[in-house]
Amino acid sequence: MGKAELPLHAPGTKVDRGYIGQSVPRPNAARLLQGRGTFTDDLRFPRLAHVAFFRSPYAHAKIKKIHFEKASKSPGVIAVFDGPTVAEYCTPWVAVLAHLKGIKSPPQHAIAIDRACWQGEAVAAVVAESRTQAEDAVQLIEAEWEELPVVVDMEEALQGKKIIHPEYTDNICFKREHDTGGVDEAFAQSDVVVEETFHFGRHTGVCLEGRAILADYNAAEHSLTVYHATQAPHMMQDIFSRHLKIPEANVRVISKDVGGSFGIKVHVYPDEMATAAISVILRRPVKFIADRLESFLSDIHAREHRVKVRLAVKKTGEILAFDLDDLTAIGPYSVYPRTSGIEGNQVVNLTGGPYKHQKYRARMNVVFTNKNVTCQYRAVGHPIAVALTEGIVDLAAQKIGMDPAEFRRKNLIPDDAYPYTFPSGIKFEKLSHHQTLDKLLQVMNYDALQKEKNDLRKKHVYRGIGLAAMIEVTNPSPAFYGVGGARISAQDGATLRLEPTGMVTVMCSVTEQGQGTEAIFAQIAASAVGVSMDKVRVITGDTGVTPYGGGTWASRGAGIGGEAVLLSGRALRGNILDIAAAILKMEKAELDVRENNVVSVLTGEAKMPLAELGRVAYFRPDTLPMDFQSELTVTRHYTPRQYGFTFTNGIQASYVEVDPDTGFVRLLKHWCVEDSGTVINPMLVDEQIRGGVVQGIGAALFEECLYGPDGQLLNGNMADYLVPMSGEMPDISCFHIDTPTRQSQLGAKGVGEAGTAGAPGAVMNAVNDALLPLGARVTAMPFTPERILKALKKV
Amino acid sequence: MEHAVETTLTVNGAKVTRRIEPRQHLVDFLREELGLTGSHIGCEHGVCGACTVRVNGEIVRGCLMLAVQADGCEVETIEGLSDSRELAKLQKSFHEKNALQCGFCTPGMLMAAQDLVRSKKKVSREEIRAHISGNYCRCTGYQAIVDAIDEVIQGK
Amino acid sequence: MKAPPFAYAKPKSLAEAFALLERPGAKVLAGGQSLIPSLNMRLSSPELLVDITGLQELKGISTKDGKLLIGALTTHAQLEKDSSVKKLVPLLAEAVPHIAHAAIRNRGTLGGSLALADPAAEYPACAVALDAVFVLKGKSGERRVKAAEFFKGLFETALKPGELLVAAEFPSGGKSAFLELTRRHGDYAIIGLAVHESRFVFFGAGATPVVVTGKSLAEAKAALARIKPPADLYHSSATKLHLAGVLLERAWNTLSKPH
Repeated sequence: MGKAELPLHAPGTKVDRGYIGQSVPRPNAARLLQGRGTFTDDLRFPRLAHVAFFRSPYAHAKIKKIHFEKASKSPGVIAVFDGPTVAEYCTPWVAVLAHLKGIKSPPQHAIAIDRACWQGEAVAAVVAESRTQAEDAVQLIEAEWEELPVVVDMEEALQGKKIIHPEYTDNICFKREHDTGGVDEAFAQSDVVVEETFHFGRHTGVCLEGRAILADYNAAEHSLTVYHATQAPHMMQDIFSRHLKIPEANVRVISKDVGGSFGIKVHVYPDEMATAAISVILRRPVKFIADRLESFLSDIHAREHRVKVRLAVKKTGEILAFDLDDLTAIGPYSVYPRTSGIEGNQVVNLTGGPYKHQKYRARMNVVFTNKNVTCQYRAVGHPIAVALTEGIVDLAAQKIGMDPAEFRRKNLIPDDAYPYTFPSGIKFEKLSHHQTLDKLLQVMNYDALQKEKNDLRKKHVYRGIGLAAMIEVTNPSPAFYGVGGARISAQDGATLRLEPTGMVTVMCSVTEQGQGTEAIFAQIAASAVGVSMDKVRVITGDTGVTPYGGGTWASRGAGIGGEAVLLSGRALRGNILDIAAAILKMEKAELDVRENNVVSVLTGEAKMPLAELGRVAYFRPDTLPMDFQSELTVTRHYTPRQYGFTFTNGIQASYVEVDPDTGFVRLLKHWCVEDSGTVINPMLVDEQIRGGVVQGIGAALFEECLYGPDGQLLNGNMADYLVPMSGEMPDISCFHIDTPTRQSQLGAKGVGEAGTAGAPGAVMNAVNDALLPLGARVTAMPFTPERILKALKKV
Repeated sequence: MEHAVETTLTVNGAKVTRRIEPRQHLVDFLREELGLTGSHIGCEHGVCGACTVRVNGEIVRGCLMLAVQADGCEVETIEGLSDSRELAKLQKSFHEKNALQCGFCTPGMLMAAQDLVRSKKKVSREEIRAHISGNYCRCTGYQAIVDAIDEVIQGK
Repeated sequence: MKAPPFAYAKPKSLAEAFALLERPGAKVLAGGQSLIPSLNMRLSSPELLVDITGLQELKGISTKDGKLLIGALTTHAQLEKDSSVKKLVPLLAEAVPHIAHAAIRNRGTLGGSLALADPAAEYPACAVALDAVFVLKGKSGERRVKAAEFFKGLFETALKPGELLVAAEFPSGGKSAFLELTRRHGDYAIIGLAVHESRFVFFGAGATPVVVTGKSLAEAKAALARIKPPADLYHSSATKLHLAGVLLERAWNTLSKPH
């Protein structure tokens, strides 16, 4: 297939942009607005049983004995299970990937056997007629424990005096070193060396819909249907099949409406695997919904890092080298199947990303602790890499007395330097850092804002402006997971079918969690085929219906799934025209499909409605030539091949006011200029960015999973763990630059995670800019009032 | 010493009599017993707002009210207010302004928004933000929601 | 998070309520906005919930001899909308919008908040600042307790077993100020200050409302320095003390401004 820019062209037909680029309201939002969506917990099944888990109260302890007698007799209880029983039906897993050299993790079971390794790990399951009855019975379980030494602190974990897993001699899950060479020389040649240690607080996704799974095993067929709030149904199909020993095609995974996921729901959770195994054991449907308290204890956490960074700079402002030391704490297990080594790996790959220096050295250690497990959460590693990069860059600018925007301008990779290979090895197809910087400074009225800020400083009002330039990983190829041996698909497919009445059904392997996947597929399909959008219906999230694919993660839905829809739509249009030509006895090249009709290319005159073509093709094929067969269902797949990751770029700015008496931060405004290539629906993209920014703000100011020295989670509820609510959030202005990727006809890169990647860095730089005249600086997120007051030496 | 309590309430205009376990909260009753799954559970401790329903004309947290406490009360859920078209303007505005993504917070958010719209006060964007500050949304940046509510309040 | 099992009764008279409260494991249920979350989280297991929201004697707002008598079952929302509260006891009117969010205020009650005595709650500090008097009723009769003597310790009040707080009486007039620091709208206070006349009463600064008095700002600050506010998850005692000082100064300056 030839690669082209928009307006779109395809062999034999000419398609204009159609709906692509239009802010069309989402068709599937209508049901959500009336409370008539179907989330997994809304489903009702005959003989549906409910499972609740008995979770370890200790961060690290041997399970000596569990007594089920009282629990088994509790009203409504169907069965009670321990780890060894479930292990007979569900095999354990080890979360390692071949391309993360040296990564190690012990096998993990669906329900812990012998030993619990974090507070909240499930060690038994109770199945009952209702969730309430299951919880009653869980309270009646008595367990005897032998507490084991607890490792909570990451430095302590690295030192390795207490080893969590007896089969290892250290607590290191994964480590990586990268050195371009010449780093020490670069530092020797520099005029200024700046150095900083940043801390990033562990936090979590807090999806409003708890994790949800309803597993329905049919004993007669040895088949399993799983209704699963997951981002990757095919991945889960493979995993249920292998670990429960059910043939692959006998497993069907269906994702109904999903109430937010952000990466939280793309991982394998032991309690969900246990639920599926229990359905097999009991031969009846079993449902598990993680309630809010257990969500905090068991949904993956992320982003606990301590990073030391050094920057070598010339007094002209040129960055010579980055030197990085990253330590990150995960839980006691690497999470399956994507591993808990990826986040740290990304920090190494992405630090310094927007800049044109050539020398880079990094070392990174990922250590086990007895806290909840961690894994990929929206923007994986980017928030850390961007914040530490942009933080040290601001510090350098300050030290040499240069305006932060000017400093960035001197160092951003030029817009005509592409394709470009960055010192960490990543390759950029084509970015637009300077264009986005120019646009940002213009829309935020940078100079005027700086003046306003400086004027207010004289009145003891402390405002700050913070910038954060960034790159983002999108549309990954098999380089992300496949090459490491994971059965995670980097390709996706779309089947388009013309219905007899001229409607189009789209079935695509990328999934929807609210970002608007189904809406943009409808836009693309309608544009590619030549129908109006109201004629299109989209089905996603069903392994029994859609082509095989990867699902939604790493900002790949629009770029990869969208391309498959486009290719399939074009092919369908071609097939429609074959039939039209046969019916009308005209040449295919004389015809086109526009707005639900076959039209003459020359005159634009409608020759036949699609509904008529459908009627003939499906019900009167006897009227068509003898050797002609209509093919009105077409499937196409797409895999990004040229680049391991299709990088995007963007830049954000935050404007804040800090109250030096209380340490409170008021967010006045936020801006984001993003280049994600072809934008299919600006309205959807903008709110995705805003949602991402707000999540990033959460990380910068509010969110942290607080653990006590004994590994107890101290703030695992919605009152004590602070998520951003509307009252404190700023208005966020979004702008776009458009550099399409040439790897696809659509030209769309990804954008779902961009907001989260850049916001923490922008806010941190703004807070530090506000604190600058007061001689204070903060480097440990979240920036609570106490941390700011401490920096101000007021406490 | 738990006895089910005979409770009669009106839900979306229909009278309902059931024997209800005292410990069942209102939103569980609506979802499990009456199949009204439009009201959602997000935290069960009254913080997230996903369970917001209307009782005797006032918005309440459905997870912080025992179903038995709704005896003699009029309960309205997202389904009822959708069918009666009371929420039509807000729903249209939310739709056009993309003020929802996953939709899980949306019923509760619409309930809270309608509470403000009904008061007929011409409030500012800041006041809108304050009023919905008890409804958690993780997907949007809240801005489109504020825009949508603002549009309806200003009568555009 | 489903609550453990309990029985439920809704008395139609105070006498019936007192009888029910004598049963073992009986607990008062009013608005439920604090009790029900703790039940859902299985933090408490009462045997019987006595729903007092049907008791008409505990409802209503009235004025008498320049004092405002507010029934214990008055919801925060009712208090917020009441014109006599705004006029006569503006401190309360200022405090109410800080209590959680609208949906909670529609159910939560004045009496519930006072009887729970959460150290971070607004009403107890307001009541102490206003020198309010609480009306308590039990099987043996009625008694009146001054607000300052009502709050005894962490979630501990002067209420005897089987007693109900039926009303609170507030004096009217006088200068007042209200300040509260929260990370987010509607959160429990990190620290707050209710001021009426010369009484500066902090909440979030101790197990019970903490009173600070002083004829000058310097004196008041010195009194404050002797307090040891308990740390919370995010703020050390020193930080809380610092924040209390900031609020003290801000309130003092607000009240000192000529009208």
